[in-house]
Amino acid sequence: MSLLQVKAVSHSYNSHTFLKWKEPSKKVLTDISLSIDEGTCLGLLGTSGAGKSTLGKVILGLERPQQGQVLFQGHDIYTADKLTRQKIRRDLQVVFQDSYSAVNPRMTAESIIGEPLENYEKLTVAEQKRTVIELLERVGLSEKDLKKYPHQFSGGQLQRINIARAISLKPLLIVLDESVSSLDMVNQTLILELLSELKKDFGLSYLFITHDIKAAYSISDTLGVLEKGELIEHYNSKDQFFSSEHPVVKQMRSSILAGHPRFRSLPMRINKS
Amino acid sequence: MRTERSNVLKVSDLHVQVQTKEGASTLVQDINFELEKGKVLGLVGESGSGKTVTSMSILQLLDRKTTTIEGSITLQGRELNGLDDKEIRGIRGKDIAFIMQNPMNSFTPVFTIGNQFVETIRSHTSLNKKQAKELAIEAMQNVNLPNPAKLLKSYPFQLSGGMLQRVMIAMAACLQPSVIIADEPTTALDVHNQLQVLRHLDKIRSEYGTSILLISHDLGVISEMADDVVVMQHGRIVETANVFELFDNPQHEYTKKLLNARLSIKHEEPITHML
Repeated sequence: MSLLQVKAVSHSYNSHTFLKWKEPSKKVLTDISLSIDEGTCLGLLGTSGAGKSTLGKVILGLERPQQGQVLFQGHDIYTADKLTRQKIRRDLQVVFQDSYSAVNPRMTAESIIGEPLENYEKLTVAEQKRTVIELLERVGLSEKDLKKYPHQFSGGQLQRINIARAISLKPLLIVLDESVSSLDMVNQTLILELLSELKKDFGLSYLFITHDIKAAYSISDTLGVLEKGELIEHYNSKDQFFSSEHPVVKQMRSSILAGHPRFRSLPMRINKS
Repeated sequence: MRTERSNVLKVSDLHVQVQTKEGASTLVQDINFELEKGKVLGLVGESGSGKTVTSMSILQLLDRKTTTIEGSITLQGRELNGLDDKEIRGIRGKDIAFIMQNPMNSFTPVFTIGNQFVETIRSHTSLNKKQAKELAIEAMQNVNLPNPAKLLKSYPFQLSGGMLQRVMIAMAACLQPSVIIADEPTTALDVHNQLQVLRHLDKIRSEYGTSILLISHDLGVISEMADDVVVMQHGRIVETANVFELFDNPQHEYTKKLLNARLSIKHEEPITHML
């Protein structure tokens, strides 16, 4: 059985304008069905405004969909009893794009990573500290960073702290919502490597939401393409993305920059050698 | 042929220090580059390498109480370093426009796009409100924004990131500045919008002869746009080269490392469609 199943989820947002409540609602997700198997990574591609993040929120249990179900290990995350929901919250973690706004600026790295442990595990102070240090080391930071505040870290380091927090409870699924998009290339590669390692070591599953085709390709096992709230393509193998004839996918493919000045796609910049 | 006059922006021996509790700390040092008219200079390096500090010091946006900027920054022969607030304010937005990475944070959420657009235009020109609005609408049409009149009435949070970034480009372009500093202009955008934004930037460059200082960590963007590239590491320039030379024959170890860090796709599209 799949770890996570999304069944026919539809969702829309109501837009409220001042003194005008009855605006037509905006459909953001239409009849989405997908599944993620244990230990695999589903890459979810889409342009901005396609509904990627909304789907992420629905899966995390943060946005109750108007129609459809989200099943985690067979339990509907919105209707399960309190204890099951608590368990699901532990097994389902998230890392957002903006690492800085995902942490409390007045908390140290130690308390940021320790917070979920405090909520879920009954550890002594010394044990918790040791666990936090282990987690820090696991993501490539060190004991020295324990007492630092978020503003003392770079974006890449802070994203590592977010990842450490996400893995602290040994979850089963992590939703990575544009987690590497705001990092520079070197850090992006390093974080993607770290994520792949963690996936292998802990048997983690990921939902990797991104607009970056190259990043999605490098980490995912399966790929989905979201366009205007609809899951237009769902590939069991990521390579199918490159043979797809869907017009949206073709346009996405043709927008990938070649990465070499000789193969430019902007007409006016060509032949300038 | 390079002549002295074709240099729109010239940065020489730039040295920026910040005062901390532990003493002075150097952010960037020995920065030298020239930006020619109608050319694109790429500035690459990983985060923390001093790219943004360099661009901020060109516009004198750093806090003068804590940072000291040494060296010379000349815009068409005029020294910018050390100008007082009033003088530099006349240059920001008019002669040197700035496009920031995060369009969501670059507008104030409490005023409409139109309000902020018109304010920028009116503070640099003698146009009245109506004329400024017309100019704004025209500039927005130039970057393919649909229904500009309606967009002017909306608030920044009602627009998507890609649209806001295009608004910012329209704002930067409407006063036809001689230099645009684009600090990671496409990092927050998806591939399709990224190409659109680059296309618009390039259009502005070819139409108005604007020089662009393109700051990015994305070598894809740099390879697409830049004529020359400056590579920065730890606050210093490690390599300056023509874009073709840099990609074909990188000299410095760090440049090689950056080039190797590029993510690649096994199934490269046949490149014929790009030629």
